[in-house]
Formats: sequence, C-alpha cells, structure tokens
Amino acid sequence: MNDVLDVALRLLVVFVVFLTLPLIIGQTEHKVMAHMQGRLGPMYAGGFHGWAQLIADGVKFAQKEDVVPAGADRRIFQLAPAVALLPYLLVLLAIPIGPGEGAVGQVIDAGVFFVLAVMGVGVLGSLMAGWASANKFSLLGGLRTAAQLLAYELPMLLTAASVAMAAGTVSLPGILDAFEWWWLPWQIVGAIVFFVAGLAELQRPPFDMPVADSEIIFGAYTEYTGLRFALFLLAEYAGIVVLCGLTTVLFLGGWHGPWGADGLGWVWTLLKTAVLAFLVIWLRVTYPRLREDQLQKLSWTLLVPLSLAQIALTGIVKVVIQ
Amino acid sequence: MILAASSATYLATGHTTGAAAQTHGFLSPTGVEIAFLLVGLVTFGAALVTVTTKQLVHAALWLVVTLGGLAVEYLLLTAEFIAWVQVLIYVGSVVVLLLFGLMLTRAPIGRSPDADSGNRWAALAVAVAAAAALVWVVVDAFRTTWIDLDGPAAGSTEATGASLFQNWVLPFEALSVLLLAALVGAIVLSRKAKAESSSPPVNAPATTKSSRTITESSGNAGRSEQEGAR
Repeated sequence: MNDVLDVALRLLVVFVVFLTLPLIIGQTEHKVMAHMQGRLGPMYAGGFHGWAQLIADGVKFAQKEDVVPAGADRRIFQLAPAVALLPYLLVLLAIPIGPGEGAVGQVIDAGVFFVLAVMGVGVLGSLMAGWASANKFSLLGGLRTAAQLLAYELPMLLTAASVAMAAGTVSLPGILDAFEWWWLPWQIVGAIVFFVAGLAELQRPPFDMPVADSEIIFGAYTEYTGLRFALFLLAEYAGIVVLCGLTTVLFLGGWHGPWGADGLGWVWTLLKTAVLAFLVIWLRVTYPRLREDQLQKLSWTLLVPLSLAQIALTGIVKVVIQ
Repeated sequence: MILAASSATYLATGHTTGAAAQTHGFLSPTGVEIAFLLVGLVTFGAALVTVTTKQLVHAALWLVVTLGGLAVEYLLLTAEFIAWVQVLIYVGSVVVLLLFGLMLTRAPIGRSPDADSGNRWAALAVAVAAAAALVWVVVDAFRTTWIDLDGPAAGSTEATGASLFQNWVLPFEALSVLLLAALVGAIVLSRKAKAESSSPPVNAPATTKSSRTITESSGNAGRSEQEGAR
C-alpha cells in the first residue's frame, strides 16, 4: 500500500509541475517580451500585473468551438495534439531535480536515451497535424517540421553521448552523481550545441520556420481551434521546460551548486532551468527567423561537426585523466 | 510484411517461453507473461494493418504502433536500453523519414486505390517463409532459456554494452562498415543526380543534400496537396 501511495504521489507531483511550469514560463514570456519591446504586456487579468492572463486564455480556449475541417482525416486530426503533448509529460518523469531517489519521478537505467527517444516521438504529433488538416499550409509546415527534426536530432544525440561518455553512465541521476565543476568548461561546446538543437526541435524562434506566421499562417496548427490548439501551445511551453531541465541536468550540473547542495539542491535545478528559460525567451525577441536553407546549413555544417569535435575532446580528456 | 514476420517471431518467443516452462508450468499466468502475449497480439495486429490498409499515411502511423509495441516487448524482457533505442531510431527517425517521403511525393487523405500491388501473394509467401525461418531459429536457439525477471536486469545498458563489445564486436563492426557503404552510396547517387539535372539549384554554393531536398519540397508539396483534396 505504501508503494502504491508513493507512486501515486510522485505521479501527482510530476503532473502538477507539468501543468504549472509551462504556464509560468508562458506568463514570463508575455511580460519579458513586452518589457524588452518597451510595452507593459498583460496588465488587467487577475489584478496584479495581469498574472492570471494565461488562465483567462485557457478559459477562452475551452469555450471555443472545436472545428474539424470537412476534408480532414478526422481521427488523426483529433489525435495529433495528444501525441504532441504526452511525450513531454513522460520526459518530465525522468528528470531529477535533487540528489537521491526522492527527487526524481522515476529512476530510469538508460535515462538519456529515454528522454531523447520520447522527445522525438512528440514531433510525430506535428507531422500528423500537418498531414491530417488537408491544408496546403499545414502540409508545408509538417514537411518543414520533419526536415528540421531530421537535421537537429543528430547533434542533440551526439552531444548527449559526449556527456554520457564523460560520466560513464547513461542514467540521468548517475550523470549528476559523477558531475564535477570542471565539466562545465570541458563540455561547454556540447552544451551550446545541445541547447541550440533543442530549440530547433521545439520550433522556437529563431528556428520557427515550420510555423512561420508570415508565410504559412501557423504551419501544422493552422486548422486547429479551441482546446486542441491550446494543447499544442501547452506542448511548446512544456517542451521549453523539458529542454531547459535537460540542459541543466546534462551540462550545468543540475542540483550541484557553490553551496547548499544538500537540502537546497532542487533550488539550484529550478534556478538554472529558469535562467535557461529566460534565455529562450530572450532569443525569441532578439533574432529574426532563419530561412529553411540557412537552418539546414547551420545544423549540417556547424552543429554536427562541433558535436563530433566535442565527442573527440571528451574521449581524449577521458583517456588522459584515467 | 517483414514486420509482420518479425512480430510473429516475438509472438513465437512468447510460445517459446511457454514451451520451455515445464518447470515453470505452461504459461504460468504471471502478469508479465500475460502482458507480453497481449502486447504481442496488438503488435501483430498493427503489423497486419500496416501492410493491408489502403491509406498510405495510416500505414506509416500503424507502423509506429507496431514498432512501439516491439519496444514494449523489449521492456517486458528487461532489455531497457534496446527498447529506448528502438523508439529513438525507428519511431523517432525512420518513421519520420518515411512520413517526410510520403508527404513530399503523394499522401492523399483517404484511400489510394492504386496502392495495391499485384505481387501481394508473392509477398505473402516471402513473409511466411521469412517468419517460419525466424521462428525456427528463435525456437531452436532459446528452447531452454528462461529469463529471470525478478533478478538483476539481464538487458540493462551495462549488460548489453558488455556483451556487445566483448562477444559481438566483429558483427558490430561489420554492420558499421555496411552502414558506411550505404552512406557513401547515397552520397554518390545524389551527386550523380545533381550533375545530370539541367537547372542549377537556387543556392548553388551551398548545395548539400539536405538543402536540395528542401528546394524540391516546395515544388512537390502543392501537387500532393491537390491529390489530397481529391
């Protein structure tokens, strides 16, 4: 009975985190973007600086009519948002936020592979949405999504492999247990490549070619309305949480910090994740969208060679220090 | 068809464990065994739908279910690492590539009446033969093997890595040479196609294979969309 309670409690906590952190990041994005552009952003909903804006948005989405286009492939069209969103919930289960067994939803032996594999499945949701909408713009968006995923999956995997080599394990808590502060400069190239490739996989600006609103309306999500559209948006922000959490765990030492690692490890994890999420928002405001060929060129001619170089460096240092 | 065959193999593995279970009782109904058989049935059914459905993209999506089912079977056999790699490579990359190819060329919504092949009986014969060979090999090789599911995981990353790089290094390296040959072949083919095409690509200095594919994509997507509208 105690085990069942333990599992239920962990699932509940992960689910609550899954529902709140993306909203917090979304609200932060509203406010940070606004202030960077000399605006105020949402100010009315909820009273204090528009804190309830996203809740109001959610209520609005829930009230809207759920439209399925007549020419669409009905079942796949309706299934796509779930396929896009659920993988991020599963990934969140495996990310440790503090030392010990108690601070991770589920310890997974091959954690690095698990998170990357499941994140890759999420993109199938965009592909299904793009195809099933029976819309030219949606199909183009789906195609661009697929091309982008194929290009950026490789550098992500290679840099994650570099960290796994350094730690000698593919389990996420194991990697954190082996972490030393000098891994930071050692793996810095890998960290940047991983983060950039992850941004591209999430289709965040400046890699938002698949949803480029000025060309193809909203890509694969053009035909979606109401709650299903909201689920796609939630998937994007859950993706930011997952990507920042993963970068923190793999490259920035997770719950390790200059002090207070014992009781306050989870604060360090959340702090680093928050800083990275701020960076994601900052990049959105700062950079213009990359063209499709620039996007492919960046991956194949820059990120892949860099990640291979990082693996070589990791191997050399690993052999030397042994 | 081969997929159907391979999932049949996995079903057969289930029978193998049953046949070898004199000491354990025939299909002693532990939860894991029942789950294994049920997931095997689902995988087998999804594989059948994959090769029989008349809707091209649905076939690719049923393939996702099939490959995912295989991953679950690996998980039930404690081979966690293999399971995640299965999802990563097959579901995350191969199927995405497949869908990409389908969307680029022709992916109509609804049935494609011309997606039927006259070779279906020959294909069925090949599939049954392949399935029989695989089942026979598996049954013959693992007749008396029994996986202890309660002990330390026999398929953990560490165990898999150790056996792969200690006992099976030669096949592993041979496979990597095969993949390298395929890679070089793909590059040679794409370069030949470039030399033959009369109109140079738009971004001439940066014609990598991928960027070429993208420039082609904008031309073809419209056509497949028209097909989709029909």
